[in-house]
Amino acid sequence: MTAVRAPTAPGGVPAPVTRVARGRAGIVAVAVLVVLAAAPLFLAPFATTTLTRILVFALFAVSLDLLVGVTGLPSLGHAGYFGAGAYAAGWVSINVTAEAPVPLLAGLAVGAVAAAATGWVTVRSQGVFFLMLTLAIGETLQQVADSWESVTGGANGLTGVPAVRLAGAPLANIGFLYWYVLVFGVVGFAAVALVARSPFGAALRGIRDNEPRMRALGYSTSLYKYAVFVVAGGVAGLAGSLLVAQQRLVSPADLGFTTASFALLAVIIGGAGSLWGACLGAALVIVIRDALDLGGNGTLVLGIVFVLVVYLLPRGVAGLLPRGGRASAPRGGRASAPRGGRASAPPWRKGST
Amino acid sequence: MLVSVLNGFSIGFLLFILAVGLSLVFGMMDVLNLAHGALFLVGAYLGAAFSGAGWGGFLAALGLAAVAGLVAGGILSLMTEPLRRRSHLDQALLTLGVAFVVAELLYTVFSDDPLSVLAPPGLDGSVSVLGAVYPTYRLALIGVGSVLAVVVYVVVERTRVGALVRATVADREMVSALGVDNRLVKAAVFAVGSLLATTAGVLGGPIYGARPGLDAYVLILALVVVVIGGLGSVRGALLGALIIGQVDTLGRVLLQGVEGAASFILFASLAVVLVLRPQGLFGGPVGMSR
Amino acid sequence: MSVLRCAGLSRSFGALKAVDGVDLTVAPGARHALIGPNGAGKSTMFSLVTGTMRADAGTVALAGRDVTAMSEVRRCRLGMSQTLQHASLFASMTAAETVAVALQRHDGSTISFLPRRQTAVRERAEELLADVGLAGRGAVVAGSLAHGERKQLEVALALACRPTLLLLDEPAAGMSPAERARLVELLGGLPAGVTVLFVEHDLDLVFALADAVTVLHLGRVLLSGSPDEVRASDAVREAYLGTGHREELFGS
Repeated sequence: MTAVRAPTAPGGVPAPVTRVARGRAGIVAVAVLVVLAAAPLFLAPFATTTLTRILVFALFAVSLDLLVGVTGLPSLGHAGYFGAGAYAAGWVSINVTAEAPVPLLAGLAVGAVAAAATGWVTVRSQGVFFLMLTLAIGETLQQVADSWESVTGGANGLTGVPAVRLAGAPLANIGFLYWYVLVFGVVGFAAVALVARSPFGAALRGIRDNEPRMRALGYSTSLYKYAVFVVAGGVAGLAGSLLVAQQRLVSPADLGFTTASFALLAVIIGGAGSLWGACLGAALVIVIRDALDLGGNGTLVLGIVFVLVVYLLPRGVAGLLPRGGRASAPRGGRASAPRGGRASAPPWRKGST
Repeated sequence: MLVSVLNGFSIGFLLFILAVGLSLVFGMMDVLNLAHGALFLVGAYLGAAFSGAGWGGFLAALGLAAVAGLVAGGILSLMTEPLRRRSHLDQALLTLGVAFVVAELLYTVFSDDPLSVLAPPGLDGSVSVLGAVYPTYRLALIGVGSVLAVVVYVVVERTRVGALVRATVADREMVSALGVDNRLVKAAVFAVGSLLATTAGVLGGPIYGARPGLDAYVLILALVVVVIGGLGSVRGALLGALIIGQVDTLGRVLLQGVEGAASFILFASLAVVLVLRPQGLFGGPVGMSR
Repeated sequence: MSVLRCAGLSRSFGALKAVDGVDLTVAPGARHALIGPNGAGKSTMFSLVTGTMRADAGTVALAGRDVTAMSEVRRCRLGMSQTLQHASLFASMTAAETVAVALQRHDGSTISFLPRRQTAVRERAEELLADVGLAGRGAVVAGSLAHGERKQLEVALALACRPTLLLLDEPAAGMSPAERARLVELLGGLPAGVTVLFVEHDLDLVFALADAVTVLHLGRVLLSGSPDEVRASDAVREAYLGTGHREELFGS
């Protein structure tokens, strides 16, 4: 999975070192996948369920990282699209069919449509206004879920969602469900990783680094931001459909501010812009929230983690690693390159603009 | 209709008390305090704790809330100090973390069931206003709210202290170059802003009660007010709050039959303002540069 | 037909008329310099031409097409590309990636959502870097290039947009004499199909490169003509030095 860490812009000139590093990263990625695939064979049911939740939340966090880390758009309302996808998948499962991939596609589509319907305003705003607007959108969607009882079940949530069916057979077994989530989680992750490494992804990083310059190069940056907002919304919706497959119910809290904040926390813990870091962050968040027996104080602990991360880990876990990759060690002298020139955090991490 | 307008005013004044602190802290110190909603929640739970204990209880809740607000504001000011040179997102994350911690502690102490808050005796009934029956407490809230609004307005716009605050909003570096300790001004504004937030929580108790999730709800309302009014402007916050109070209550009345539609009003008003007039209705273009 | 024709361009900031009814015509293939003492309105004029700032009045036409109402994005798509005065690049990208980002927008292909091997783009990026004197520096992060190199990269970036009109805002500012010489060589070697309009302080550089010069003073055009006419003009001398001075302003 590490291969995604230093998303490559097209036309970059890879130094020979990198091919080795990338090969090694590929091996690590395959090893991680094998371990993940084999996990339910060794783990207790509860642990498997936790791992399933982690995968769901990781995909959600990765979709947010596409906004926050890659494009430099810090969203506090991304859970709105995650939850919208979950509700859509749940509703379709109850009222139409639970046969895969219908709920998945419904989640994906509704997530993307919700993002498309709201994103045109958000991408016009800058900095702190973007934060506020996305916050307002998330809260609005939560209230909609809370009050549109005939469809969403109101405050009780959408309950009694049937198990996903694969070729007619319901996936009731925890292990099979895990594999189902794993497969589509990996597909979603791969999609985000590909987008991040594409020419489109290179343009997004350009916007993150220096939006006015991108405009001067002929990029209509709002269009790109809008496009990535919709893509991220779609992937979040996909993650939402995996959520409902796992927990078989959706509640307004799944769209809310808290969920959105925890996803942002996962991204920041992992180091914004690092997709695998977002997965690690998601694992940490879910373990603290759900798995550790903290006597219902998971949110309290995560609040403290928030504070600690801001003070102690401004670049996240990915910032702790030695900076590998081709460009961090400029060839031909100039050892005085600013530290982390390449892996440097997005501009909004560096101080007010 | 009259009831709706009155409701709009009572909510509007409450929102002003809540939002003015947020606006000044942001306008002055460029700190986006996402813990502002949690401060309101502190006040709401304090009100709930003393609910039904008569005027003594109500006043005790107000007093405790004021102290808690001052202390919390001071602490928040200290906590955000090291982040002075960092981004809005970092400040937002920090205050978000604080908000979670505060809210969770409140739920631990008071349980996470929604609590209702009684208005103090004498204000818990209804009066007849031009033929319509209206809760006395809300009417009293309009009175108290407008007095507080006038006080805050006069202090900020007409006194020397207020001049200092406004000068800091306009040009932080200049004020610190004049030998005024920026951090002190910041701490003071943070403390008073937080005090107003906790006070609003107590005052809003009989209307909103105290429940989990209320912090996020009022935070969004306050943010909308601040954005619409323009960052750092007292007048803007007042007008923004009154507008949102009216829009919100009126929208709820008009869209009563449509499930889920009322929630879109806030987002819609925010979207309209940000698209048409990004600096807010009453703010100068300064706040936008960030 | 002129490549660029500005008519009656005006822009005020409060009471200050930074640019006041300026007409400017740039002929195809020209190396046209825009000069003037400090405060003459050169930078504002430049922004009005690029489209990063909107004019209060007047029109801008690019190759006969009215672009006054167009954003800098549209103008760039129509063949106008610019370098910025303060080299303004992408902190996380290498020099080659930076140029590639510009190239992929202008090589006629669509911006793909999928990674693909852009061999042509990569080769062209290396070529452009070599053209501006950055051969072998492609893998260096843009932020760690020397100041002069960054300005060279700016030029490569502007050229990657396949401009018909290249706008350079003080291309030599902050450069060492050696870097400056390189720049003159680079700009001198541009294909004739590329028209250049540049704002510059360094008059030596102006007279080494320009075949047409427009002098701005207090927001208005003082003189527009050949370098020799400008050199010979008393009015220009006065604008730069104030009346009463008769020193040789322009070295030969």
